[in-house]
Amino acid sequence: MHFEYQVYEADFVNAGAASSAIKKTLKQLNINPQIIKRVVVALYEAEVNAIAHAYGGTIYADIEADKIIVKVVDTGPGIPDIEWAMKEGNSTASPEVRNMGFGAGMGLPNIRKNVDRLDVQSTVGVGTTVEMEVHFN
Amino acid sequence: MEKVPFFHALTLDEDACIGCSHCMKACPTEALRVRDGKAQLNPDRCIDCGNCFKVCPTKAIYIKQDDFDSIFNFACRVALVPSVFMGQFPNDITVSRIYQILKEIGFTHVIETEATVPIYTQAKNNYAAEHPDIRPLISTFCPAIVRLIQVKFPGLVENLIPIKAPIDLTAMYIRRKLEQQEDWNPEDVGIFYITPCAAKIAAVKSPVGEEKSLVDGVINMDSLFNRVFKRIKEQGKGFHEQKLPVSQLAADGVLTSLTNGERRLSNAKHSYSIDEIHNVIEFLEKVENDEIEDVDFLELRACDQSCPGGILTCDNRFLICERIFARARKIADRERKGEQTKDHEVESERNYLSRHVKVGEIRPRSMLVLDEDITQALEKMRRINELRAKLPQRDCGVCGAPTCDALARDIVMGEANLNDCIFHPKNNNS
Repeated sequence: MHFEYQVYEADFVNAGAASSAIKKTLKQLNINPQIIKRVVVALYEAEVNAIAHAYGGTIYADIEADKIIVKVVDTGPGIPDIEWAMKEGNSTASPEVRNMGFGAGMGLPNIRKNVDRLDVQSTVGVGTTVEMEVHFN
Repeated sequence: MEKVPFFHALTLDEDACIGCSHCMKACPTEALRVRDGKAQLNPDRCIDCGNCFKVCPTKAIYIKQDDFDSIFNFACRVALVPSVFMGQFPNDITVSRIYQILKEIGFTHVIETEATVPIYTQAKNNYAAEHPDIRPLISTFCPAIVRLIQVKFPGLVENLIPIKAPIDLTAMYIRRKLEQQEDWNPEDVGIFYITPCAAKIAAVKSPVGEEKSLVDGVINMDSLFNRVFKRIKEQGKGFHEQKLPVSQLAADGVLTSLTNGERRLSNAKHSYSIDEIHNVIEFLEKVENDEIEDVDFLELRACDQSCPGGILTCDNRFLICERIFARARKIADRERKGEQTKDHEVESERNYLSRHVKVGEIRPRSMLVLDEDITQALEKMRRINELRAKLPQRDCGVCGAPTCDALARDIVMGEANLNDCIFHPKNNNS
């Protein structure tokens, strides 16, 4: 089953809409609630990343019988040093974003904690693609 | 998943039902449908919140209770009265007078539910300290909330604090006291809870996390209010009352069943108290997504203004709240002056109660799952999405389902037909 959601730059008001929609779907599939929680937490982080740090983007989610694969594709600005960004506390967020309670540098590390596979591809000036996978069993 | 059938206090009188669908629109868990012109309740989805009862124009939804005379099956008859009952009466009617009338109409003992609140509060705070990894912790005080989380938020079941509510703790206390101090035979003691809502009845008749309730019967607050108030009217204005000893409730105890009643006693650093079922659902959606950080404790109540807003209370909930506040203020004043200590008679049983304060495992029983098998569930979801595109999304309710999405789901689950939709041409079967 395939889903697509658009998220828009700095649209903090709607942060969480895509994760809520995916959650609603997963709850109907008899998937362990703790696994659903991991998916939702990871997806929410990725969603906020696209809203707060990128210029918005598209979330693609594919639900299969044994796993969910989510791809969040944004259109920039890109992460210069992915390894650095993966460490807790490291953040490139602007003071404005931090004032809203985002940008603590916990985004990517928190995603990694909650998923079975994480793949981040980024080109500065072009955009970032975060692909994650959570297994249901 | 828990599979035991659930007792519901809310019952439908088919003869009185006119199929108007008010209840269906009011139900927060979409447990109601209108089929063949009559409302139908899905017992797996119903959480006994009572919203349907409130909106039914023909009183076709009623609340099962135990016959008042069933108290006389017991030699020792205990009225287990939540302090919210005292808030039903005008200010000039004293608590002692209500106790006295309860004894005149048949009870041998009266105890207020909140008597064990100090032990309840300590048990919750201890549990929080012992489980720093589970946050936020969610109170199990309101049984409709426990059921809501079981059916709609299965991922949060482990956040529920598995501690007996004051109703059960106090029932346990009074039973032990009567057996140990007054030598009653266990089978002669009948404990009857005076309930402000349907959820508490369901909690007594099919308790969550317990084999059997400690309460023997339930009497609806409105019907008991009528009995007591009739007696007050008969006694007239010049009645001279005899002062009876009443449960020595602390001010904290009296306030427990009000919104914020638990939160103000919690050790939690960051906590919220939220009342009214839709507010609770909105908040829990966010909690489930981990959108709200650093929350330690949630006091959640199904009714607006908590128990004073229960469907079986007998006056405006704000008036009831103010009367309860007034009583708490008086007690707090006495506590300050040293005329009343915060220690309570139940202190003598603190160790016994603390040993038995936990309930068994609370299990999720999700109402949302389309199929146990995920491949089948995915297939059903695909068909639901297909149907949704065909439905007008007006949520008019004429088909007998509360929303177009609910109808799509019902069709795929084999409980409805696309022809039920009045906007859909009858020959266009899917």
